[in-house]
Amino acid sequence: MTRHVAVLGAGTGGTVVANRLRRAHPQDELAITVVDQDDRHLYQPGLLFVPFGLAHPEDLVRPRRRQLRHGIEFREQPVDHVDIEARRVVLGDGSVLAYDALVVASGAVLVPEETEGLTGAGWMERVFTFYSLEGARALAGALAAFGGGRLVVNVVDMPIKCPVAPLEFCFLADWYFREHGIRDQVELVLATPLDGAFTKPVASARLGGMLGDKGITVVTEFNTGEVDGEHGRLIGYDGREIGFDLAVVVPLHGGAPYVGRSPGLGDELNFVPADEHTLQAKAAPEVFVIGDAANIPTSKAGSVTHFEGETVAANVAAFLEGKPLSPGFDGHANCFIETGFGKALLIDFNYDTEPLPGHYPTAFGLPLLKESRLNHLGKLMFESLYWHSLLPGHDIPGFGAEMPRAGKHLSHLSHLSHLSHLSQGGQP
Amino acid sequence: MTTSTIASHDVELNDEGFFVHPEDWTEEMAPEIARREGIEELTPAHWQVVRFMRSEYLDKGTGPTVRVLAKTSGVSVKELYELFPKGPAKVAAKIAGIPKPRGCI
Repeated sequence: MTRHVAVLGAGTGGTVVANRLRRAHPQDELAITVVDQDDRHLYQPGLLFVPFGLAHPEDLVRPRRRQLRHGIEFREQPVDHVDIEARRVVLGDGSVLAYDALVVASGAVLVPEETEGLTGAGWMERVFTFYSLEGARALAGALAAFGGGRLVVNVVDMPIKCPVAPLEFCFLADWYFREHGIRDQVELVLATPLDGAFTKPVASARLGGMLGDKGITVVTEFNTGEVDGEHGRLIGYDGREIGFDLAVVVPLHGGAPYVGRSPGLGDELNFVPADEHTLQAKAAPEVFVIGDAANIPTSKAGSVTHFEGETVAANVAAFLEGKPLSPGFDGHANCFIETGFGKALLIDFNYDTEPLPGHYPTAFGLPLLKESRLNHLGKLMFESLYWHSLLPGHDIPGFGAEMPRAGKHLSHLSHLSHLSHLSQGGQP
Repeated sequence: MTTSTIASHDVELNDEGFFVHPEDWTEEMAPEIARREGIEELTPAHWQVVRFMRSEYLDKGTGPTVRVLAKTSGVSVKELYELFPKGPAKVAAKIAGIPKPRGCI
């Protein structure tokens, strides 16, 4: 009997899961339908480089259907809602997709309109975001024309995709204005709702130090209540104000709107709560979630989605065969952080172990939490790996689902609770 | 980690002042914690938020962030900041004796 898997979203997660399932199971056993509202797959890590003229928008987009293996049906339709009880998806044209297993892979959307004033006066004139293709493109023009003044990078609130990207933007802006000979006329400010540069203590201290060294001011615990583009100021809920000549804002994120129209599927922000190890949704046993769409305690990042792919594909198959699910996902995240001047640093962490210094994946690998040209090359190389290895669902050597511990300086962990986790689960 | 005496009970607080053992908390401790956070009197509105934070924590294992708090309670973020000027989620979590909300990763 042919079982039917519906995958909602053909971004990183949906593409990886569909391709992995297609490779592992013949078509008469498993029919796979992938749904997306358009046929434009965007390489999102590339957006960071567009404002600085280091990437061209048109190079970052490829057809979604071309990334899917032969034998996967692609439906170009918006999703109206999911009927969890009836196990069916209603599409925008009214057609119905019945499923035996569902994979929610529809990512996160930007909701700039939820912040007062953000899309009002000055939006796309002196207030920009690089989290969308059109925003990144428009910002490139604004940066090129910027003659000096205060540039404020502002994260409105967590969660956001790629929590290191705002830091990378600061580092690259520092490099960019130095290259243009006007760094001394530009004041760079990062305003964040976090209590430091990053969410995890050891990396936060290291990254915070680097921002300071580069003359970038960090304003912490700033919760943006209003963006006043006309007068060039951010107003915090606590009454603090930050003036700007140019603002680069990372807007609020939410899950896909159809999640909110699907009773029982999502949380208040339309993300889908799931078991953090099996990625089975809390909504129903036959529903799984991958990537930015999930409400689980790890970063919203492509590397996380890639690592989740193996577990989700295996668990969809296990569920359909009536076998126990694998609790295989350990929260593994791996991010190159571009620091300007042809260098980058690398961080690697999971649910239990925060980013630490050392080397990845072993003692002879890439340096962790330390700037190097090798890491910058890694970041550049990754784009090709993304299209040719990651999306097709191949395993990438040295880039496995489980976080490697071999090259890490675990002595940096001061918390006993962390050490007890290590002794339970660890490889030496 | 430090031990602190609140409403004549010894409780353990972490470096940021959040309860290490949320089960140690009782409602009679709330006014004293609030005073330490600069809130002289807990009004019924404060209590509503504090109790909601606590029940969300007991239910879901983490207290809500400000944005989720506003979405679920219907109280706007602006009003929440008027009640807890130093940060609604953080301060209300302290007063409710629960860990820091795990919104940000």
